[in-house]
Amino acid sequence: MHFMWFTERAYHYDPDVDPEKYRAYENEVIRKRSFFATPNEFFEPEVAAKLLNQYLDEKIYTDAELMNFDGVMLNEHHGNPFCLGAVMDVEAAALAKSTKRVKIVLLGNPVTTVGNPLRLGEELAMIDLISGGRLVSGWVRGAGSEQLANNANPAHNREMLEEGIDLIVESWTRPGPFRYEGKHFHFRHVNPWVKPLQQPHPPFWMPGLVSPDTADYCAKRRYPYIALATKLKPTTELWDFYNKAAAREGYQAGPENFGFMQPVMVADTQERAEEMGKRILFGGAFAHFARPEWMFPAGYNSKAATRRLAQNDFGPNATNKPLYGEGGETTDAEIEGVKKIIYDTWPDVKKDMVMICGTPDSVIPKLNKVLDVLRPGIFSFWLDGPVPHKDRIRCLELLNRDVIPAMREHGKKLGLVGPFHCPPGGRLLHGRAPEPVADLEALAALGI
Amino acid sequence: MTAIFTDTLYERHGLRLQVLVGGSGAPLIALHDELGYPGAMAWQRELAQTRELKIPLAPGFGIAPRIEWVSSVRDLACVYARWLREQKLTPIDVIGFSFGGWLAAEMLVNDPALFRRMILVAPLGIKPQVGVILDAYALSYREHLKATVAEPNNTAEFTTLYGGAPTPAQIEAFDDARAESARLAWQPYMHNPSLPALLDDLGNSVSVAIVWGERDAVVPRDSMDAYVNALGKADLHVISGSGHRPEIERKDQFLTIVREFFG
Repeated sequence: MHFMWFTERAYHYDPDVDPEKYRAYENEVIRKRSFFATPNEFFEPEVAAKLLNQYLDEKIYTDAELMNFDGVMLNEHHGNPFCLGAVMDVEAAALAKSTKRVKIVLLGNPVTTVGNPLRLGEELAMIDLISGGRLVSGWVRGAGSEQLANNANPAHNREMLEEGIDLIVESWTRPGPFRYEGKHFHFRHVNPWVKPLQQPHPPFWMPGLVSPDTADYCAKRRYPYIALATKLKPTTELWDFYNKAAAREGYQAGPENFGFMQPVMVADTQERAEEMGKRILFGGAFAHFARPEWMFPAGYNSKAATRRLAQNDFGPNATNKPLYGEGGETTDAEIEGVKKIIYDTWPDVKKDMVMICGTPDSVIPKLNKVLDVLRPGIFSFWLDGPVPHKDRIRCLELLNRDVIPAMREHGKKLGLVGPFHCPPGGRLLHGRAPEPVADLEALAALGI
Repeated sequence: MTAIFTDTLYERHGLRLQVLVGGSGAPLIALHDELGYPGAMAWQRELAQTRELKIPLAPGFGIAPRIEWVSSVRDLACVYARWLREQKLTPIDVIGFSFGGWLAAEMLVNDPALFRRMILVAPLGIKPQVGVILDAYALSYREHLKATVAEPNNTAEFTTLYGGAPTPAQIEAFDDARAESARLAWQPYMHNPSLPALLDDLGNSVSVAIVWGERDAVVPRDSMDAYVNALGKADLHVISGSGHRPEIERKDQFLTIVREFFG
């Protein structure tokens, strides 16, 4: 198995150190019902500089000291204090030189919003060269809000993503110079001098929030699909969807095709883990990442996805649906009322294993149950919320010392292999029907 | 209420255009707005008593399927122009609403002989120097809809057309229309920088009236003035109390302008 960890590199204030700033900032997010579009007057350069360096230091420490971690994972968001990593490749470049061992997993680069696939290919090639071939290059469509922040036409998003990926691969693998004239991209002289160290190119993975369109694309391309902290049942359904698409391509999907990201917080005591873990609810976390109309701007979804959302009265058309509050809350009392609703979800968040927190002994059985159900070959721990640096470091140490060895052992018993040991798409079916990929009995036993 | 329109199909050279036709009298085309065609409106029923209305359903805007290669408003204007010419409907009177007004203006610069008289109702297409065109893509379709009228809770026909819980089919249609308008006009946003120069003095060749509600929250007054200036000659009618959709907010006043202008 491949174990890595992830954080959004959020801009935040420690509630124990700066309670007033923490409160003002959280209130602003709740008032606007969105991290995206938080006015950047809240941005303090000194705070961001300290946080960004801490986030990098944590990864460098992981590389140097926490040898059970195989990789570190990055992403990017724009115009959003939820994530300070506005240009992930800059961080990846810093890590390429300052780490020696871990895979640098980028999940992923938003080809469409970057807008220039050739430039992106050059950045990635340089990261791969500097890191000595440790890059895992992932691709994403980018959240709907990224389209707004970058003025990327959402109606062209998927077309541009797929064309851009193909162009990057072509620029790395086809002898240049050549001319490229596609639907969305045009380059009269394609001949990048820097190309990746890994040949023919670094591994490609794609993350998602159980979108069948993306899973289908991944299955066809034999790219591992990484589910980003999605609920277990829909994740098993997506695994099945991927598996069927893989079978149509003639191969059996296996653990090497699947990854899962799990929010965790591990501490020396249950109390501390819960106190810190609960902070992932800060501001409403995912529900307040961006308003629905910014998450799914016109044209961003496929026809099929729009139809699904319309049937469920969810998504772009559900703007009257409360995220937590009813909207329009402005007074302190109203904001506190919304916060109460958010933080009152904590028991269910734990029960449903949306967040797994505790001491190593208490989290290991739960994490192993996630492995039982989803059987992923890639596992990413997700640390987030306004948690102090020392608690994050301690969490990583405990994951490294106790949790990963236990999960790795459990994974061995389950036969979970990662994509570096078993090439995704290599188990050919030769006409046989595919075996199931998720364990639905294990899911039922969880009673979630 | 009986249906006043018949669904007709124009097919030629791989083009497929769905056109609603109804009423009797001299033909008049009406070009709907960026949110798609919501169904027959009262002003259409009344005008159809004296004019034959032809309403092309913009491809990809919720009802008629997309034309894959249409990638700009000018492309769509050329499609419509071809339809008018081949149906021998030119010169014809036209009313264009919002995006449809822009479309009519693009048709005019494409071929001034297409039209006899034009009414542009709060047309998009020219970037205002004062104010901005509403960014509909930062809004949900519901908020977008509400922004089109000055008093959504006090406009009876708005409630008739859009009130109540939308059906999944309506939601899909809105998303289609907004997605297609994004394909055609995401950037530059809902305007064409070359349009003012190409409209140069065409108001002296074709009679043009511009209708705009003084409470319009979608397109600023400055865009209307820019149209008048570019055309060299055009009548500007400002309707007090109305938002972006005077045809449903101030229907009688709107129809009076239409009848007087078209004669």
